[in-house]
Amino acid sequence: MNAIGQDIPRRDGHAKVTGNATYAYETDVDNAAYCALLQATIAKGHITEIDITDALALPGVLTILTPGDVQKLAHVDNPELAVLQDNHIAYRGQIIGAVIADTSEIARHATELIHLSYHVDDHDSAFTADRDDLHTPKALVTGAPADTTTGDVDTAMRTAPHTIDHTYSTATNHNNPLEPHATTALWQDDTLVLWDSTQGVHAVRTDLAEVLRLRPDQVRVICPYVGGGFGAKGEPHAHVVIAALAARALPCRPVRLALTRAQMFTLVGYRPPTVQHTRLAADDTGALTAIAITSTSPTSAMREYVEHAAAPTRMMYAAPNRATRHRLAALDIAVPTWMRAPGECPGMFGPEVAIDELATALGIDPIDLRVANEPEVDPETGKPFSSRNLVACLRQGADRFGWADRAPRREGDWLVGTGVAAAVFPAFTNRATASIRYERGHYVVEIGAADLGTGAWTVLPQIAADALGVPLHLVDIGIGDTTYPYASVAGGSTGTATWGSAVLVAAETFRDKFGTDPTEGDEAEGSHDTGPFNEHYSTYAFGAQFAEVRVHADTAEIRVPRLLGVFAAGRIINPRTARSQFTGGMTMGLSMALHETSSLDPRFGHVINHDLAEYHIASCADATDVQAYWIDEEDPHVNPLGAKGIGEIGIVGTAAAIVNAAHHATGVRVRDLPLTLDKLLPGLP
Amino acid sequence: MRPFDYLAPTDAATAVRTVATNPTATYLAGGTNLVDHLKLGITHPDLLVDTAAITTAGITDHHGGLLIGAATRNSDIAADHRVRTRYPALAEALLSGASGQLRNMATAAGNPLQRTRCPYFQDATTPCNKRRPGSGCAAIGGHTRGHAILGASDHCVATHPSDMAVALTALDATLHILGPDGPRTLPCTDLHRLPGTDPTRDTVLEHGDLITAIELPHNPLARRSRYRKVRDRASYAFALVSVAAALETTDGIITDARLAFGGVAHKPWRAYRAEQALLGQPANDTTYRTAAEAELTDAQPLNGLDGGNSFKVPLLTRTVIATLRNLDQR
Repeated sequence: MNAIGQDIPRRDGHAKVTGNATYAYETDVDNAAYCALLQATIAKGHITEIDITDALALPGVLTILTPGDVQKLAHVDNPELAVLQDNHIAYRGQIIGAVIADTSEIARHATELIHLSYHVDDHDSAFTADRDDLHTPKALVTGAPADTTTGDVDTAMRTAPHTIDHTYSTATNHNNPLEPHATTALWQDDTLVLWDSTQGVHAVRTDLAEVLRLRPDQVRVICPYVGGGFGAKGEPHAHVVIAALAARALPCRPVRLALTRAQMFTLVGYRPPTVQHTRLAADDTGALTAIAITSTSPTSAMREYVEHAAAPTRMMYAAPNRATRHRLAALDIAVPTWMRAPGECPGMFGPEVAIDELATALGIDPIDLRVANEPEVDPETGKPFSSRNLVACLRQGADRFGWADRAPRREGDWLVGTGVAAAVFPAFTNRATASIRYERGHYVVEIGAADLGTGAWTVLPQIAADALGVPLHLVDIGIGDTTYPYASVAGGSTGTATWGSAVLVAAETFRDKFGTDPTEGDEAEGSHDTGPFNEHYSTYAFGAQFAEVRVHADTAEIRVPRLLGVFAAGRIINPRTARSQFTGGMTMGLSMALHETSSLDPRFGHVINHDLAEYHIASCADATDVQAYWIDEEDPHVNPLGAKGIGEIGIVGTAAAIVNAAHHATGVRVRDLPLTLDKLLPGLP
Repeated sequence: MRPFDYLAPTDAATAVRTVATNPTATYLAGGTNLVDHLKLGITHPDLLVDTAAITTAGITDHHGGLLIGAATRNSDIAADHRVRTRYPALAEALLSGASGQLRNMATAAGNPLQRTRCPYFQDATTPCNKRRPGSGCAAIGGHTRGHAILGASDHCVATHPSDMAVALTALDATLHILGPDGPRTLPCTDLHRLPGTDPTRDTVLEHGDLITAIELPHNPLARRSRYRKVRDRASYAFALVSVAAALETTDGIITDARLAFGGVAHKPWRAYRAEQALLGQPANDTTYRTAAEAELTDAQPLNGLDGGNSFKVPLLTRTVIATLRNLDQR
């Protein structure tokens, strides 16, 4: 019996493609009211007057929430959640009120009838890496220190025969999942029910109960389906609290709140830009003697977020002298958050382009240069890697891609080149509990996980079927509801490994207690928590990204006709959903490389290209041939399941591979994303 | 979004009178731009007058050319065999614009009347002289990648977003208009205006004027026309620059030419100066470059937060050369 490894179609696929899957906003409730948000149009200051008379007089308006006129919320770590507590405005677009009405049209109309006066303070929203008020964060999100130093990089740079010393930058990117954030909220019998589009129902319950001063058992969060999140739904944002307050103001009447696409550019986080001062020193053979990076990013003065882009440099390549630093500028801007492969995604841009520059300078193949600098143990911790198959990925990718005959060429009007970059993402697990109940001949697995489109509905039954030793069709699954046992958020590429490990333990417990012939209603639980695995090993997934780039000789238009990735990510549970994760990440990486940039205007303090016509995401015509492969990797050390997580590594390194290929095609080295034609044009003949 | 009244008249003259006498009325055709504006709070009409029953859809032969009914969908124009063979630049322009879904909704008359996608125009919380006269132009000193290098003013640096209108301008199309005083015609080259001191007005049309048809004149040269659009992604993006061109050569000497630019001005930019520079010259890159540079001598690129748009000058020059070279080699 081997369900794991089988190419199983998504269990939720049919419901989704036929429109029968209900998303948070579509929850079937009676007599729903609708909530529309009022947002600040200044970047800093406070409201001096707010007049809701006209708005309240509009027929169909039920109630209006204004600053200081709502429940006193509990103080929590996340100041984003402290909505409408006072008149203070910390960034342009901040929620400063909400209208609840019989229809969404009336609610939105009423927001236009609210009259506001502001006291405006000077704001500072302009990010540069040479500001004199940069600060060093206390720690990274992983708990690791902001800065690390080994040896003496400056001396190595002075004495090495070959050095690279450049500044690279990545742009502000917005997560922009297809489904806008949405919540349907119902307050009834001292209980709050939230149908919320989220990556973690339990995380929403914990945060909302705390901020609303409720017991966790007074809050139920339900989320069967999510139309993507990419980190922006990794924790509740302010609008979820607004939806809850609105529901509380209208007991027994469900309230729907969906963000507009424009609101998603201010209210639900984004990947901040990074400026990466990157230095490499090498001897004549290409062996690195030093590697160093300082990554500088903006954060919001309201809440600190560290994009840990210097982190991957700590463990990627061997070099005796090493230094990594993070610096932040706290500005009057919206709050950044996780976006697919936070840290690693931007952090593998600068260094992987720098490696390519070094290879070019030395006349060494960039694959050989990377292989030459493979560390024997994790350079940061000195621990062995639980498994590290970067070299295998590079070699297999080179064969599949046709790397060997890579001389740049001209085909008609197009200049053609190829590029490579490495990818890495840590393999963590988190905490989860699963239950298994025997019911009418089926095994019902329940776990409070969320499927944000990754395949949890499908892969968790595969894991359970094998663990129980039963055919797949005898396993039923329940996820996306806080009535199911606690499960960690679908983030950090930890979902399948964490929840799957809990399912493994639950299955083992079930068999131990009830044997192979259980009776109706028999039930067992099993839990997984981080470690002890990570204490002895350094656990990462690796990959190699290959790109072919074509640049138009006249106009410098850029096309990527081929992307190919090979990954080593432990055990692959379902090749169909896995391939979708890898190629989806790679496509998003292509999008980051060529298109995505949020245009913040510091004069106003907000992003002004806040729709999908002006914020470019790769279209189908841009991503024509994206292929993903993987190495069969058995890693008994990483976690009980042997799976490393695949949701994020596909986006890591893609942009560097594309930029390296564009250089190969044209001879023009671009160090700032996105790679747009105006950056290549001056270098073309 | 505010409530509004909706009228679906069946008599064109009555509809024109209704709109002409009501400053807060506006026509609704495909709605692909207007509905966005209603949601974004860019415009607040009290009355929408649906043109569906008072305009025709369809393409008819007309004095050796074609007459395109105002209600004809963009997708139908692009697919029409006569358009594809006799006016390929128009078909190419249409297919390079928007998305399949939008082209299925957008109409012949609506497309040239779409408004700028300047992000400051589309964000009702920022100053914009086109949206709120006298409030200032936020694009100046802001993000100007999509903005003008020709014919802008201190009041507005927006570009016209239509691809179709650039082709119509090059192909000497004529608009059939029904106004309060009756029908009239207007060359497409005269439809759009430069911003000057009043950027609120995109075109010379008077309030209430209704475009009823677009006429493509008979012109064998148009058979050798094409539309080249350069943009930031392979599909669904507005032009950074675009070129509609037609070229006739005899024994390697240029005998006739049409040239219009998109993405560089408040209107589709008919490049008369470049056309003159091409006539009688040998068909080669040097000639094309000289012609493009003649047209761009007055170009004034903008500085901006994102590095400005000075790249559009060499980009347009190179695109003109590549397009004309390609036409000559066909």
